[in-house]
Amino acid sequence: MIFIFRRPFFWIILLIAAGFVYAPLHGNNVSLREDLILVAIAIILASNLNLMIGYTGYVNFGHIVFYGLGGYVGLYLTTVRSWNLVLSAVVAGAVVSLCAFLFGLAILRLRGAYFALATIGILQAVQAFVSNFDPWGRSTGMYLSFNSYQSLGGARRALWITYFLIIAVMALSMIVSLAIKNSKFGLGLFAIREDEDAAVVLGVNATMYKAIIYSVSAFLPAVAGALMFFKNGMIDPSIAFEYMLSLEGIVMLMLGGQGSVIGAALGGALYEKLRSYLLTNPVLSNFHLVIAGGLLLIVVLFAPGGLIGWVYRLVPRARKVIE
Amino acid sequence: MSNLLEVRGVSKRFGGLVAVSDVSFSLAEGEIIGLIGPNGAGKTTLFNVVNGVYKADQGSITFAGKDITRDSPDKVVHLGLARTHQIVKPLNDLTLLDNVTVGACFGREYLGMNAARKVASEVLQRVGLGNRAEMTARSLTIAGKKRLEVARALAAKPKLLLLDEVLAGLNPTEVATMIELVRKIRDSGVSVLMIEHLMQAIMSLSDRIVVLNLGRKLAEGQPDEVVHNSDVVEAYLGFPDIVDKLTRSD
Repeated sequence: MIFIFRRPFFWIILLIAAGFVYAPLHGNNVSLREDLILVAIAIILASNLNLMIGYTGYVNFGHIVFYGLGGYVGLYLTTVRSWNLVLSAVVAGAVVSLCAFLFGLAILRLRGAYFALATIGILQAVQAFVSNFDPWGRSTGMYLSFNSYQSLGGARRALWITYFLIIAVMALSMIVSLAIKNSKFGLGLFAIREDEDAAVVLGVNATMYKAIIYSVSAFLPAVAGALMFFKNGMIDPSIAFEYMLSLEGIVMLMLGGQGSVIGAALGGALYEKLRSYLLTNPVLSNFHLVIAGGLLLIVVLFAPGGLIGWVYRLVPRARKVIE
Repeated sequence: MSNLLEVRGVSKRFGGLVAVSDVSFSLAEGEIIGLIGPNGAGKTTLFNVVNGVYKADQGSITFAGKDITRDSPDKVVHLGLARTHQIVKPLNDLTLLDNVTVGACFGREYLGMNAARKVASEVLQRVGLGNRAEMTARSLTIAGKKRLEVARALAAKPKLLLLDEVLAGLNPTEVATMIELVRKIRDSGVSVLMIEHLMQAIMSLSDRIVVLNLGRKLAEGQPDEVVHNSDVVEAYLGFPDIVDKLTRSD
């Protein structure tokens, strides 16, 4: 893993994260912090979705299930079990990752559109299960007890701590993407994306690789879900498993440029800014999905490489620095 | 000396169609065997059964003393059995170097990235694609893609190489360079089992020839014996005078 420190992009990621930390701290700007937290969540979701779609060539329509499930496990552990936040989030990530690995072994035998359909099925099934699961409050969900904030030194401090943790998860998402991209494991995934049959004949254990990357792509979104729903203080099935957010993740990825670390992040950030602008605009607020759909069409038709693909075409050398 | 590859009584059916029926043959270390037969004789299916893409319905396959009848293709490569595809399968959006690095990374030696890159550029040089290492596979001509197939298989450092029609669709100059390449591969100690339609090439390269027809083994032997075998002449070559033509032209 030493090789990763030698890549210039690694340091760029750390700079971005530092910017995220510094900007709202400077002048104690809480509203900027709330803006940036949404951007960070978008980057986390898009980056991890990129591992499936951009790296492995498997379209996952139900990626949000990891985020929601992570939120549930996390909130359950912090509230009902009174565990500390970081431990709860990590355990939530591990539990969801393990579930994803088992799901993956089952549904990753499917290819192309059939896999995509199965991912929708998983989202629906998990949502239906959670909506009927008594310990998690069925369809009314769960509320965080205010005491949980006390252990972090009160609500004000707790919110800042959660923010920094989410920024850390964001940086980690990009670093994981970068590390995988430059590893032997990543090369195996790219081979699967290009031609799975050829990859197997060349010696790639495609079944295992796909299950592992599906599971990896679940971990950090689940951690982020645990943190985010801790911050929000409540969770219920309809906000945890918001199907639209799953689709919007795909739009982010296509917009920024699938297969590229910075592309996924950039797409996530830009789309999130656009979305919050549209949602708060009195004229356009009902149209934001129409615009998202239009955007997706335009990108797929005219710039299949997304924003970053366009940059790479203009400046081929950029590939070496911004990956 | 024991045989490197031993195929015993292998059959493969697709529904009612018997693609390969009770085929047996063996290949000694260092040997080049040509596998010929009319279209639809079951040659490629036999390849697919040998390297594990299909599972044999009956029979067994032993490679380097190990039973590989039930093994998946990726396991078979680790043991040292690599192959090329008749219909080329380049990893289009990856560079040639990356394509071949995949072969080296996941091949017999299971190399790490740096070692694999080194092997990959050596192999690309060997097959004559060295100056195009940074191009994407998509941009190659069909002859280039066939060489890339061979390069990827070679990068796995195989003991046995299965070549599926690497000469088909190439022009005479390209055929000549490819034949030269196959010779070099054999000289470097790799055994070869090749499917080929081009008779001159197979006659000059093969130590022995196995003939398939309608999924069954029709004949086996030295190239000269096989082309003069009357069954083969009738089933595969069609008209007896083609044999005369072939033997005269060299």
